[in-house]
Amino acid sequence: MHFSIQNILFLLVAAAGFGLFAWQVRKIRANILVGRDRDMSGNVSERLNKTFLVAFGQQKMFKRITPALLHLIVYVGFIVINIEVIEIMIDGIFGTHRALSFLGPLYSALVGTNEILGALVIVAVAAFWWRRNVKGVRRFTGPELRMWPKMDANIILYIEVILMVALFLMNASDLKLHQMEGKDLPGAFPISSLLTGLLPSNVGALEILERVSWWAHIVGILAFLNYLPSSKHFHIILAFPNVYYSRLVPQGQFSNVDSITHEVKAMMDPSYQVPPPATNPDGSAAAPTPFGAKDVNDLAWTNLLNAYSCTECGRCTSVCPANITGKLLSPRKIIMDTRDRMEEKYNSPLIFQPNLYGTEAKHAEQEVLDKENHTLLRGYVTPEELWACTTCNACVEACPVNINPLESIVEMRRFLVLEESAAPNSLNVMFSNIENNGAPWAFSPSDRFNWADELYVADKAVKA
Amino acid sequence: MSNLAAAGEEPEILFWVGCAGAFDDRYKRVTRAFVRILEHVGVKYAVLGMEETCTGDPAKRAGNEFLFQMQAMQNITTFEGYGIKKIVTACPHCFNTIKNEYPALGGNYEVIHHSTFLQQLINEGRVGVAGGGEFKGQRITFHDSCYLGRANNIYEAPRDVLATLDADLVEMKRSKANGLCCGAGGAQMWKEPEPGKKDINVERTEEALAALDGNAAALHNLLGVEGGNAGATPAPRDAQQRSIIAVSCPFCMTMMSDGVKNKERENNVQVFDLAELIATAEGLNA
Ligand code: SF4
Ligand code: SF4
Repeated sequence: MHFSIQNILFLLVAAAGFGLFAWQVRKIRANILVGRDRDMSGNVSERLNKTFLVAFGQQKMFKRITPALLHLIVYVGFIVINIEVIEIMIDGIFGTHRALSFLGPLYSALVGTNEILGALVIVAVAAFWWRRNVKGVRRFTGPELRMWPKMDANIILYIEVILMVALFLMNASDLKLHQMEGKDLPGAFPISSLLTGLLPSNVGALEILERVSWWAHIVGILAFLNYLPSSKHFHIILAFPNVYYSRLVPQGQFSNVDSITHEVKAMMDPSYQVPPPATNPDGSAAAPTPFGAKDVNDLAWTNLLNAYSCTECGRCTSVCPANITGKLLSPRKIIMDTRDRMEEKYNSPLIFQPNLYGTEAKHAEQEVLDKENHTLLRGYVTPEELWACTTCNACVEACPVNINPLESIVEMRRFLVLEESAAPNSLNVMFSNIENNGAPWAFSPSDRFNWADELYVADKAVKA
Repeated sequence: MSNLAAAGEEPEILFWVGCAGAFDDRYKRVTRAFVRILEHVGVKYAVLGMEETCTGDPAKRAGNEFLFQMQAMQNITTFEGYGIKKIVTACPHCFNTIKNEYPALGGNYEVIHHSTFLQQLINEGRVGVAGGGEFKGQRITFHDSCYLGRANNIYEAPRDVLATLDADLVEMKRSKANGLCCGAGGAQMWKEPEPGKKDINVERTEEALAALDGNAAALHNLLGVEGGNAGATPAPRDAQQRSIIAVSCPFCMTMMSDGVKNKERENNVQVFDLAELIATAEGLNA
């Protein structure tokens, strides 16, 4: 163990890296918690089970086999390579060298696996890059995938390659150093041993290369960690809580609005006791909450957690019947808009450019442009998008991290209808038909039994 | 129902007809077919008749929560008045709403979609014993209703029902959990679609026709179908042969029928509900 200036430097860098990350996470947590309260407690075992299958086990990824396999490589690589990061941390703090090598054969297996996974990650990342930039998979296009989101996706791929290359340079130079000194380096190096020939045979140069790549690897990881909150890549963390807090009820079951239940019950039964309105902690009456959602803070906190967990993969949009047939609606855009609006409204804690896809890429008919009234509804999401939704749940089914775009869409529709009476006219006709005739069409309730007229059983049914 | 109640009798099931089942001329035929099946197997059932009113599904999906709850409360009051426990309906939207959304408002019932109900009758050997009848060897493809499938995870019951017909069943490229919406859900039924490239029901009908004809090239031209994981393309077949699109929802019925008309294939492609197919196979639709 040689404790040196390097260790102090390392401690400072690590502390700064983790501290900055914690600061960003706290701000994001605060942003998510501006959402409406929703009780998600209980059902712990069912939730854990779901998290295990969907988040940890990648269950929903396997609907599409090619990206699933590529993603699996990067995902497993990420987990296994992180064990090596633990070693780097220990070495960095205590000035040890390859602190875990006492594990013997297990260590060799670990390092060897890491090397193979590292090589596979580079291959997978290349395939991802090709699919995204050359092959032009449809779901990686669309107006919401320009500007920052497009760049973000590629930056992640480049960083992953840089980290892997640093890992290999570190191992290869260390290996060559040991070979030149006639010593044994603990571990197995199936890939790096192929690279030693490419390196200079100068001890000084090798020592520098080893140190530089060691530092590049760990500083790269810390920098990446702090890049995450600005990026769609934050899903590697939030996918877990997001799946844990996803809905357990049937997908067709829409949320119930309790305040309306009280109102309806009071209308039907005058003796019904409506619970007193909510009060602020200081006892004053709280501002009445609107029906539905106009802005991000009208959505439930789970919807906001959704927005930060989105990987922008576009699986939702690629199965959306409205989007497929050329309508403006894209469930991915609704989710990305929610995140953008949070960043705008609550002062982004992020150090990189937030998730914006650029105003010019947004829909031209944005109705409100001044920032003050630039709410989620109308500032980002237009009614035209919302009214195109068939509530078919395809987007919900498709999302690999259990995001529910439909819930946000319905909340915004509720605002349009209940607060602004801004439904398309034909829907208003449908509403008044239900109100007056008890059916969405203009038929008289007295004709409700006409279907039985031509039926030989009708008589029997009535007589029975 | 009021007649039964007056006679002091309790039905085994309440058959919830639904607005489409009561008013839509095409879907009235499904209502009749289902009633014939009920009569045939001798289930003691009742209908609410004029006491039935919209479940509120289209209002809720369109965002009019207030109107939805008014409708729901009214229906729950009716159910409670008759002591209803078990409800069967042919409409997936009514099914979903009564089953999943009424409990929060105090209405708890056993709700069964007619596909599941028919499946039970078949399993008990009460229908489906006649074999395929006139459907033997005909090509049939089933269009999943979103509110039955993704919304409530019912995929096998309608397929089990079709399996008794001894027909040549084929799957569309997008089926079951990956099924494509007919375009009518979420209150779209009552409005013009937003501007786009194509109407959703046309896209879906093209897919159904491609499956029925075994036309791989037509499948290839569908929007947004990413190849690979779905069922294999069925064997090619003469597009003039008679084939059937089976549905289990009044809105799918309307949308797919319109789609078939739009493609000018109504001379040899018919859209039928599961109940109609079973009633016909059993010789009940005389
Ligand atoms: S629920 Fe709405 S947004 Fe989601 S896929 Fe269906 S139509 Fe698209
Ligand atoms: S909502 Fe889900 S499916 Fe849609 S882009 Fe985001 S992560 Fe992908």
